[in-house]
Amino acid sequence: MKTKIRNGILNLLSLGVLVYFLWWAPGNLDGYKLRIINLIAINAILGLSLNLIYGMTGMFSLGHAGFMAIGAYVSALLILTPEQKVTMWILDPIAPWLLNFHTPFIVSLVLAGLAASFLGWLIALPVLRLGGDYLGIATLGFAEIIRILIVNLTPLTNGSLGLKGIPAHTDLWMSYGCLLVVLLFMIRLMKSNFGNVLRAVRDDEIAAKTMGIDTFQTRVLAFVIGCFGGGVGGALMGNLITTIDPKMFMITQTYSLLMVVVVGGLGSITGSVIGSILVTTLLEWLRFVENPVTIGSFHIPGIPGMRMVIFSVLLIVIIIFRREGIMGTREFSWDWFFPTGAPGEKSETKGVGQ
Amino acid sequence: MLDIQNLNIWYRGIHAVKGIDVSIDKGEIVTLIGANGAGKSSTIRAIAGLVRGFKGYIGYSRSQGKPVRLNGRQPEEMVKMGIALSPEGRRILPQLTAEENLRLGAYTRDDKEEIARDIDYVYDLFPRLKERRSQKGGTLSGGEQQMLAVGRALMSRPDLLMLDEPSLGLAPMLVGEVFDIIREINRQGKTILLVEQNAFAALKIAHKAYVLEVGTITIQGTGEELLQDPRVKDAYLGG
Repeated sequence: MKTKIRNGILNLLSLGVLVYFLWWAPGNLDGYKLRIINLIAINAILGLSLNLIYGMTGMFSLGHAGFMAIGAYVSALLILTPEQKVTMWILDPIAPWLLNFHTPFIVSLVLAGLAASFLGWLIALPVLRLGGDYLGIATLGFAEIIRILIVNLTPLTNGSLGLKGIPAHTDLWMSYGCLLVVLLFMIRLMKSNFGNVLRAVRDDEIAAKTMGIDTFQTRVLAFVIGCFGGGVGGALMGNLITTIDPKMFMITQTYSLLMVVVVGGLGSITGSVIGSILVTTLLEWLRFVENPVTIGSFHIPGIPGMRMVIFSVLLIVIIIFRREGIMGTREFSWDWFFPTGAPGEKSETKGVGQ
Repeated sequence: MLDIQNLNIWYRGIHAVKGIDVSIDKGEIVTLIGANGAGKSSTIRAIAGLVRGFKGYIGYSRSQGKPVRLNGRQPEEMVKMGIALSPEGRRILPQLTAEENLRLGAYTRDDKEEIARDIDYVYDLFPRLKERRSQKGGTLSGGEQQMLAVGRALMSRPDLLMLDEPSLGLAPMLVGEVFDIIREINRQGKTILLVEQNAFAALKIAHKAYVLEVGTITIQGTGEELLQDPRVKDAYLGG
């Protein structure tokens, strides 16, 4: 009981620190840093949703960029005003029924998630019967199909020109609020019996079947929930950058999410948050290696793309020396800081926004 | 309770089970014994719905009434109909605690209080599991894992409990312990289908036994009869 109260207080305290930070940051940090802090939250949401599919249920899905694209486009199309739409569609006129469709941001966020879920459900039925690498290839192909559809369905999506002038609804409060909701949901989910069912399906399908678990339905459900997260993440991303186009949602987007999940630890909620912080900040911080360098009389011109090389090397090092990622499947617990605190009464309460 | 007629199973192109007939009455312990690759596990897996594409008839009647045809049903349906399998190799979920494993065994049920009562019942059967309740499944010893596998199968409240090689990899002393408990479970009213390589231990507790050899039943009778049968003695009981 004592540890429960202690953890409750610590959770509230860290929430307070997070709130203070979010309140302090906009006035004291420049736009570039704020963008990165926002991206950390969005990548964490996306990483968590991919982790639910890949890490917790064991479905190797490479389709997350596709679900993000659906989310981003659905949200953007719903919040752009009719005037904006008329001026933006140059190649083909916009579909008339879409022109006057308009909803508040929060509604568009939910609808973005639902749209991604629905498409996820549609492809889950045939695709989730595949296992392992085949599933990866099929979902990868699906994401590409989505992207190409977006390029070609000009009356609906404005094609390769993309959508501009999306109101910047994603501020720190919005992105971290969403992250908090997603985190609480995931912690609840993985602590519940359904979380154990997911682990059973991942670790031993035959055992799961002999216990009466409908493994296919379970997979579909986990996949659809994960797709919802992908859609919401994509929508947040679109409203942060305020411009979206099909090129944003190429396979590289999926890879960087995969990096978040794998670096953090497959199957760990904490891992995905840490992975997001590391991958997002490193990708930005490593930009210095692309600048021209002068050491003494040596002058090395900047090589664009150099940070990706360094990143790949880091990833290889992680895969060789710490294959399970930073966290493995473990979760953060306040007990780490209280080594002698109440043995036997294990608490797995997770701090928010470390 | 269970009626198998002319069961044929092909496994990766091999005709593993060649037209066997097995019948199990309510309250019995029935055992299938035989060497590796005789088709014992294939048979039990076919009943559990884990094998696709077999021929023959498997009929099951839970209580009095017309038997239901089991062919082509999904494993999860079987569990709901009261057939539980403790699979070969135990298949304990290593990341979950012993108690979580038991709870998953009751996946098809949603009567909370009854589930809690059944967990206590399993702990009564296997006191050692109670000591290990919050330990991860992967850290349990082989014997404890086997107990957990049997307990987990019991958690769905089956009428027919199928055990695939419960003695596999256990120390001789533990084999006796596990088989005593199997007999105890049977006394409390569960029908048991037991697949075993350890013929001696299985025959001692079985009411009825079948010897499988390369996919066909060669000898059948009561457990006692087979224990005395010279052919069985020669081939499976070490003379």
